[in-house]
Amino acid sequence: MKGSLFQENRMADQETCSIGGDLACVPALNARLGPGCVLTGAEDVIPYGFDATAALKQRPGAVVFPKTTSEVVDIVEIARRHRTPIITRGSGTGLSGGSVPVENSIVMCLLGMNRILELDTRNLTLLVEAGVVTQDIFNQADAAGLLYPPDPSSMKVSTIGGNVAENSGGLRGLKYGVTRDYVMGLEVVLADGSVCWLGNKCVKDVAGYNLRDLFIGSEGTLGIITKVLLKLLPKPAARRTLLATFGRMDAAAETVSAIIEAKIIPCTLEFLDRKTIHCVEDYARVGLPLDAEALLLIESDGHPAAVEDDVTRIAALARRHGAIEVNCARDAVEAAQLATARRSAFSALARLKPTTILEDATVPRSELANMIRSIQEVAQRHGLDVATFGHFGDGNLHPTFLTNERDADEMRRVELAMGEIFERACEFGGTITGEHGVGLAKKPFLRRQLGNASYALLKAIKRTLDPDGLLNPGKVVDA
Amino acid sequence: MSPLALLQALDYSVLQQCMHCGMCLPVCPTYAETGKERNSPRGRIALMRAVADGDLSTTRAFADEMSYCLGCLACTSACPAGVDYAHLLEIARTHVEESAVNATRTRNLVRRLTMRWLFTRPGVLRMAGRLLWFWQRSGLDTLSRRFWLTHLLPRRLRELEPNTPRIQWRFSDELIARNEPAVGKTRHRVAMLTGCVQDLVFSDVNRATVDVLRENGCEVFTPRRQHCCGSLHAHNGDLETARFLARRQLDAIDPTKYDAIISNAGGCGSHLKHYNRLLADDPDYAGRAEVWSRKLRDILEWLVEIGFREPRNDAGGVLPVTYHEACHLCHGQKVSAQPREILRSIPGIELVELKEATWCCGSAGIYTITQPDTAARLQQRKLEHLRASGAGVVATANPGCHLHIQNGFRAADGRAPRVVHPVVLLAEAYRAERDSVSRQSN
Repeated sequence: MKGSLFQENRMADQETCSIGGDLACVPALNARLGPGCVLTGAEDVIPYGFDATAALKQRPGAVVFPKTTSEVVDIVEIARRHRTPIITRGSGTGLSGGSVPVENSIVMCLLGMNRILELDTRNLTLLVEAGVVTQDIFNQADAAGLLYPPDPSSMKVSTIGGNVAENSGGLRGLKYGVTRDYVMGLEVVLADGSVCWLGNKCVKDVAGYNLRDLFIGSEGTLGIITKVLLKLLPKPAARRTLLATFGRMDAAAETVSAIIEAKIIPCTLEFLDRKTIHCVEDYARVGLPLDAEALLLIESDGHPAAVEDDVTRIAALARRHGAIEVNCARDAVEAAQLATARRSAFSALARLKPTTILEDATVPRSELANMIRSIQEVAQRHGLDVATFGHFGDGNLHPTFLTNERDADEMRRVELAMGEIFERACEFGGTITGEHGVGLAKKPFLRRQLGNASYALLKAIKRTLDPDGLLNPGKVVDA
Repeated sequence: MSPLALLQALDYSVLQQCMHCGMCLPVCPTYAETGKERNSPRGRIALMRAVADGDLSTTRAFADEMSYCLGCLACTSACPAGVDYAHLLEIARTHVEESAVNATRTRNLVRRLTMRWLFTRPGVLRMAGRLLWFWQRSGLDTLSRRFWLTHLLPRRLRELEPNTPRIQWRFSDELIARNEPAVGKTRHRVAMLTGCVQDLVFSDVNRATVDVLRENGCEVFTPRRQHCCGSLHAHNGDLETARFLARRQLDAIDPTKYDAIISNAGGCGSHLKHYNRLLADDPDYAGRAEVWSRKLRDILEWLVEIGFREPRNDAGGVLPVTYHEACHLCHGQKVSAQPREILRSIPGIELVELKEATWCCGSAGIYTITQPDTAARLQQRKLEHLRASGAGVVATANPGCHLHIQNGFRAADGRAPRVVHPVVLLAEAYRAERDSVSRQSN
């Protein structure tokens, strides 16, 4: 024992770790990055073997923490020399297994690249490194009277690099769109170690192919995003939040269709079913109505008069379509509590069963009611417990199977049900994933949605940009 | 060791409750220190699960990681999935002790002497307190420091020595009668827990607690020479001794006789409320423990529950007071609004909100002894926010935090605010009220 008496070993002493995978490239990585930035002990790397996706894990061989783009370049070159796959990752909050490692791979964690480089208030842009936490970006913009709209539920934890790699959505998607809509430029390290700048501060730019968009949503399979230039908006002057309670799920779905049809675009139009309401309330205790079958959380922002008008019309529409109650949040604090409560929905559902498997099938909004009915029907037929919540205004649903990964029979039925739900979503003209990405979880269903020609194009691009298959291999497509 | 080690024998669904969403990451002080997943709640649960699955053996590094956790339970407040991290950590630490992976002769001896001997014998503990009081009061402590006698001690002990709490001249049993009536009509009968550190170092807090209870219609029963509640043991991998001590508490106090059992130390209360789980498999005590857990209240929680009387008096001036939330009161017991309500009710006090009020101060049970470097860094972080608040009084409701913050200010030069339990401020307000009434009637 090194410390005297019963002082425990200090955390800096890593030599007590048992030996993990022995990658040949580790000495080179150590020499380049220095001690403390390369982890190989079993206890150190096991916690990097998963993201927030249920039932997927694989221990990597090493975890590295670069602090600069040039370190990223060197890691890529070392990995290429040793033919070792690289899995890029931020905080590991992904929901499709996009950052789950493969055997004997290097996990490259970009959390050390967390500098905010430039806030340009004349062009309304923000230049950041990939490891900056989304909430910090929001706060930075907010302090300057600006808004960074994309707000995935994990925004307090997730990084901008991860958001761009997954093209994350969020609660404000209906009015403001998704991460893609706010990316003006990217710095990307390619598989051969070259560094590309794609985009700039110009509102208009049609020089060459739009390669920037190719990397947004590429899930770490085409290159490593190291810097992001973001577009910011003026902060809306007013904001109001409504909570509408329904006795039937259909009534909530019809209300959403009616709002859109009335040409009102609120910034948020969120839906929670009965099970989700109970779990969220159990955690957040914000006074959600426990007798409701469905709940709509609606937020409108903009000019004060327009917001007032929207809120009045939305409330009237909700009542006309059978809302039992429509309440307005008293103040900004209560509104923020409601939004935070909604963001906890997915995790809160884990209270009910050991394993929660979340999907994000998305359909055109006109098909919402049909999709909801399909989900219920499929779950019932397979004898499965399902809870549904999601971004109703976007047609983006989160049917969540409440199950147990140790029950092989039930897991098989979950697989079948998921397949059928994706099939229905495609039939309705929808998509297998609205905002979580393909990763590992939705890979088997991608070809069905894209069709053979598009799928082949996807593979051709992957092979061109990553001929050795070292960047996040096995995700999205097999090249 | 039993054929199945504790983590393997544990109900697996408790581990599965964690769906590794990462919501705990931004609130974990050790993850904030290092940025490494293994130093986060979800990382530690992944390691526990790896041990339970047989993918990882109980290594020294695993033991170190379980020790590095503060056990502040901030993650349980942030966790939407309702993971019972407190339970997991207790099991994991006991698993580590049973595996003896970090056992050394010195460590075993120290643990046996303190946890198994000193803290299971109320008489011996109080005797040790008396000796320490004499040592401090006689000035021998200052002398020995001046003449470098403390350098005979091992380095760690020498560094800790100045932080030894000042022992009170009179312990709780001398300040509080076995049975004290309510002032006015009796509305509730409660039992009062005096604690061990609280009893030796903050017996005045115990006295104030009884005063405030009496003012609010409570008849107070205080058993003599109480045992340690066992939180020290449960939080540090000795569940067997924790069970022994829980039984002694239940022997001394029959919870069916009272409306509430009152604790005024956040760390103890958090553990005391879980006697039902601790003794669930004990046929002789399970029933009684169930009643006990139902009736256990922190004093601040209880006061708000029974509608405490707001003190009246025309105190001049406005004293800025800030409130540091003891982890095991706010995260462990979810008592957060009540202390503020009480502080706001006190005339002459203005409550100033503290930045990062729920961030651990680094005291964390015996963390100052097991992880002194991290404990010191968290202490500094807390002191910075306390200074920035501008408050002249720091209210906090746990003896560990109280001492750690006080010691931090003492070691630093400059103006040190008064550190005090909220219940003491309330007792003072009631006293001021009575004084002003008697002044007026004269």
